[in-house]
Amino acid sequence: MDLQELYRDVILDHNKHPRNFGHLDPCDSSADGNNPLCGDRLTVTLRMQDGELGEVCFEGKGCAISTASASLMTEAVKGKTLAEIAQLHELVHHTLTDTQAPIPKELGKLAALAGVREYPARVKCASLCWHTLAAALDHLQTEGESSPASVTTE
Amino acid sequence: MTVISETSSPVYDVSRVRADFPILAERIHGKRLAFLDTAASSQRPLSVIEAVNDYERHHHANIHRGVYQLSQRATDRFEGSRERVREFLNARSEREIIFTRGTTEAINLVANTWGQSLKPGDEILITWMEHHANIVPWQMLCERTGALLKVIPMTRRGELDMDAFEQLLSPRTRLLACTAVSNALGTVLPLPTLIAAARRHGALVLVDAAQAVAHQRLDVQTLDCDFLAFSGHKLYGPTGIGVLYAREAILRTLPPWQGGGDMILTVSFTKTTYNDLPYRFEAGTPNISGAVGLAAAIDYLLTLGIEAVAHHEHQLLEHATERLQRIEGLTIIGEAAHKTGVISFTLEDIHPHDLGTILDSEGVAVRTGHHCAMPVMEFFDVPATARASFGCYSCNEDIDQLIGALGRAREVFG
Repeated sequence: MDLQELYRDVILDHNKHPRNFGHLDPCDSSADGNNPLCGDRLTVTLRMQDGELGEVCFEGKGCAISTASASLMTEAVKGKTLAEIAQLHELVHHTLTDTQAPIPKELGKLAALAGVREYPARVKCASLCWHTLAAALDHLQTEGESSPASVTTE
Repeated sequence: MTVISETSSPVYDVSRVRADFPILAERIHGKRLAFLDTAASSQRPLSVIEAVNDYERHHHANIHRGVYQLSQRATDRFEGSRERVREFLNARSEREIIFTRGTTEAINLVANTWGQSLKPGDEILITWMEHHANIVPWQMLCERTGALLKVIPMTRRGELDMDAFEQLLSPRTRLLACTAVSNALGTVLPLPTLIAAARRHGALVLVDAAQAVAHQRLDVQTLDCDFLAFSGHKLYGPTGIGVLYAREAILRTLPPWQGGGDMILTVSFTKTTYNDLPYRFEAGTPNISGAVGLAAAIDYLLTLGIEAVAHHEHQLLEHATERLQRIEGLTIIGEAAHKTGVISFTLEDIHPHDLGTILDSEGVAVRTGHHCAMPVMEFFDVPATARASFGCYSCNEDIDQLIGALGRAREVFG
């Protein structure tokens, strides 16, 4: 068991100095994510621009894995279309859950999260932000729904 | 099996106790296992493992049914376990001992039977320190009946606010449902005072003894409680078996809960008559081997001596508290004057979940999270804590290993 594989420098750095941390106001959509097992909570807010994700922020409290994953995610998805984000989400999910799969090049910096797959109990920490972002994007497409979206990993 | 009489408690030989627990020899990531999560579930001694094994190999059949010898042997063992539990709790009759899946099911049983008599405006009193299992069933009951759930607040030290408690009691209080020991903080609640005050106001009392049962003597007649619930697996016994003690005079007035086999006398499509106590509340085939294991676990604990074990755990608590307090940036959550061997803590701003993973890499098993006591976490304004808890087999080496692993966590998060 190699802790260095899990807590890589990139993860520790994004945990200590999370990027895009905060709240967009006004925003086009938002969603709350909640991982009851460890008490991680985060809110994703976003703005669209010409069919692409213009701005995205997150805030909340969580473990190093969940904070770093959210921080890395906001950097990775900015400027992407909804289809591209869904594709990336799928890639991240696959990398986190399939311990045998090679790590795809397209992941870029997100590959730093690959160490999580050796720790099944922690996969939810890394994936919470992605589920929350997906909920916010779904919400964007659902007309006439007023309450903010929320997801839970439970 | 280790034999230590209660009078010999000063020479509690923890290495002999540890030898009774095969799992303690497991290697975790190539390291010695320091199992510090007994408050979540204790490990089983060989005598319990063997009692269950012996039952499964030689005596199993369904109980209360067959006329054949095996069924009788299984029934004798199951009912023998009930008698052992009765004796352990000093209940007046085995009719007051109902086997359940655990503490949670026992509390739900009371909420769904006794609770049916509640009227709008009736009040149920719980404490801020309850495990979710002693909150949610009452919330659900209040939603159904219009009764109100009142919560006794606590202090920053993690002790119950006794003045507030007195003020919350009223003739509307129908039930005080409180834990004997806080699972998240280790606080030992002053049960005799609480129960006496509830009695003065005519309220019934349910004691959640899940965290207390392996650490203090529980005599239901001395306590004078109406209901008491505990789980086998917190007492060195198997999971999936627990007990509800309920005063017979109350049980006789309660409607049945789950319907099915074993809880009936006769069934026809127009009318069913119900079985006598305690079987009326034990629908379906129970966890027979679990009950056998539970009785063996009680035997084991009584052989060590509850007081001797509690004394040993208290020494570990003092030693570990003192050493943890010396670690810079470490905050102990819950500093009640009277505690069992439970220490909840945070280390700087390292999230407890990260702490848990790092400690695990050093062979140290602690619980991290909200401990099924989210209101407690909210009270102390932390999302979660790490919690080390002790049992009869815990030793100084476990604490050394914990302290070393915490140093490793600080290195990683530097």
